[in-house]
Amino acid sequence: MSIAIVLIEHEAGTVRSASLEALGAAQAAGCEVVAVATGSDAANTTAALGEHGAAKVVVLGGDKYSPDGLAGDLAKIVREQGAKAFLATASSTGRDIAPRVAAELDCALFSDCTAFEADGDSFKLVRPWLAGKLIASLKSNAPVTCATLRRNTFAPKATGGSAEVMQVDSSTDFRAVLSKIEAKAEGMLDVAEAPIVVSGGRGMKEAEHFSLIENLARAFGNAAVGASRAVVDAGWRPHAEQVGQTGKTVAPQLYIAVGISGAIQHLAGMKTSKVIVAINKDADAPIFKIADFGIVGDAFEILPRLTEAVLEARAKV
Amino acid sequence: MKIVACIKRVPLTETQAKVAADGKSLDSAGVEYMTSFYDELAVEQAVKSKEQLGGEVTILTIGPGSASKELRESLAKGADKGEILVDDNWSMRDNRATAKALANRLREMGADLVFCGRVATDRDNASVGPMLATYLGAACVTDVVELELSEGKGIAKREADSGVESYEFSFPAVITCQKDLNEPRYAGLKGIMAAKKKPIEELPLEAEDNQIEPLSLDLPPARAEGRIIGEGADAVPALMDALLNEAKVL
Ligand SMILES: Cc1cc2nc3c(=O)[nH]c(=O)nc-3n(C[C@H](O)[C@H](O)[C@H](O)COP(=O)(O)OP(=O)(O)OC[C@H]3O[C@@H](n4cnc5c(N)ncnc54)[C@H](O)[C@@H]3O)c2cc1C
Repeated sequence: MSIAIVLIEHEAGTVRSASLEALGAAQAAGCEVVAVATGSDAANTTAALGEHGAAKVVVLGGDKYSPDGLAGDLAKIVREQGAKAFLATASSTGRDIAPRVAAELDCALFSDCTAFEADGDSFKLVRPWLAGKLIASLKSNAPVTCATLRRNTFAPKATGGSAEVMQVDSSTDFRAVLSKIEAKAEGMLDVAEAPIVVSGGRGMKEAEHFSLIENLARAFGNAAVGASRAVVDAGWRPHAEQVGQTGKTVAPQLYIAVGISGAIQHLAGMKTSKVIVAINKDADAPIFKIADFGIVGDAFEILPRLTEAVLEARAKV
Repeated sequence: MKIVACIKRVPLTETQAKVAADGKSLDSAGVEYMTSFYDELAVEQAVKSKEQLGGEVTILTIGPGSASKELRESLAKGADKGEILVDDNWSMRDNRATAKALANRLREMGADLVFCGRVATDRDNASVGPMLATYLGAACVTDVVELELSEGKGIAKREADSGVESYEFSFPAVITCQKDLNEPRYAGLKGIMAAKKKPIEELPLEAEDNQIEPLSLDLPPARAEGRIIGEGADAVPALMDALLNEAKVL
């Protein structure tokens, strides 16, 4: 059985769902999983990682964070474990670290993959090209297959197991060092991670009206706010919320596009969502072509009613 | 100060993507190219850095000889010279082969500060910047939205999922540029005229094995036809019913 090293992300010891998905992806491809967790509270992740199929957890100690330092440590673990794959989630951290690990190992990198399968003694991967206009199936001829996995795409697997835990000191040979984090507002989910995304476009008319979008997101309880580029360019919303070719790629269970026309560059970032709902006053808006369910009408009338209905539905369960 | 911006030509955004006869590559017939959106930010930041710290800006690309078109556009915005590492099979190079070739050349040049776009908008890997930095042994901050440089060092802010992270680093350094870092300037007529006289050098590039082997390239599966549930706020109950009982997503 080949070994896969999986870089774990966690929030104060609670493993991010995307990392559990990555553990699931590695197991589904027939790999034995060695998870690597770093940062303070990393030791608190080991039980959850074992329960989701990690055979081993390496806890990397150290009180400074450096992306090059971490990449060097991960490459060392890959070599020591004789791993055939290195996986991370396609998050901002995963996409920062994985290319460096790949280069440390002199291997290519497969980014934002939507499939990861065993193929003989190597792996086959699927990923988008040209902002999802095309889908590429690729074979890895790298000695170690390094990949980031698209979030909300792979299934986690609860095995109820427990992991052997190894404590390792991180290197202190740093070229760039994290000196400060300005955290986002408390409790806000990232748009690329949330299972539900409510996005607003130019049809919202003013920055202030996004309170209607935020209220609907809050009503769901597990939703993030997204935005079209028009709205980000206008300065109504931060770029971190932009969905699309020059923003984030999202694949939530439910994507609700409100007052968004559905330009190809926006669709590139959300068209693999499981269910798409469009609310737009123009019945001919292109967004309706890819929406599973649409309502034609004024967002300012529909949003408050929908928010109420969601709150009611949630009160029932 | 040796400052370098690495750029890549990508198909125009409006390009209708077509699969070639081999079923695994892009049909390049009739495809027109432009500098990748984020690489324009890299060029701008390189020129800005020169304006602040002095030195010389080189624009580096891997491509066919005709990539001089994109290089001239960058030279018109204030860069000093261009270099093409010529590879007629450039579009099939994987990120490892690309990063290694760029790193080798950057090492020869003695680059102090390298700017890349955060991602090229064709393969969307967002990998070459941090990979070439690793091959170079240089510091690297990705997805940078704010950059403060002083003699030999800097602080870069990067847009992360959980907020904005600040990194301290020393030169040599590789910065990958995210939207919001700057507003690329327009090339004035004077710049365009000056660019015609600036040198563009073509250097041969040795072939490197690819580790990424394309098996097939396909159009994405079409989504099943959806439906309009109704009009206005009165359609909300029907939408809730569809979400709860049909799609079962809540
Ligand atoms: C290189 C490049 C990259 C790009 N990258 C991105 C990207 O990453 N993400 C992105 O989103 N775009 C991107 N774009 C821009 C894209 O082409 C569109 O311009 C943009 O998505 C439009 O945003 P919008 O739908 O909010 O606005 P519009 O196209 O103006 O649409 C507004 C919609 O709101 C509807 N509306 C108006 N009033 C109401 C109301 N009261 N109730 C309900 N509906 C209403 C209208 O019918 C209309 O359909 C990119 C463009 C380029 C060239």
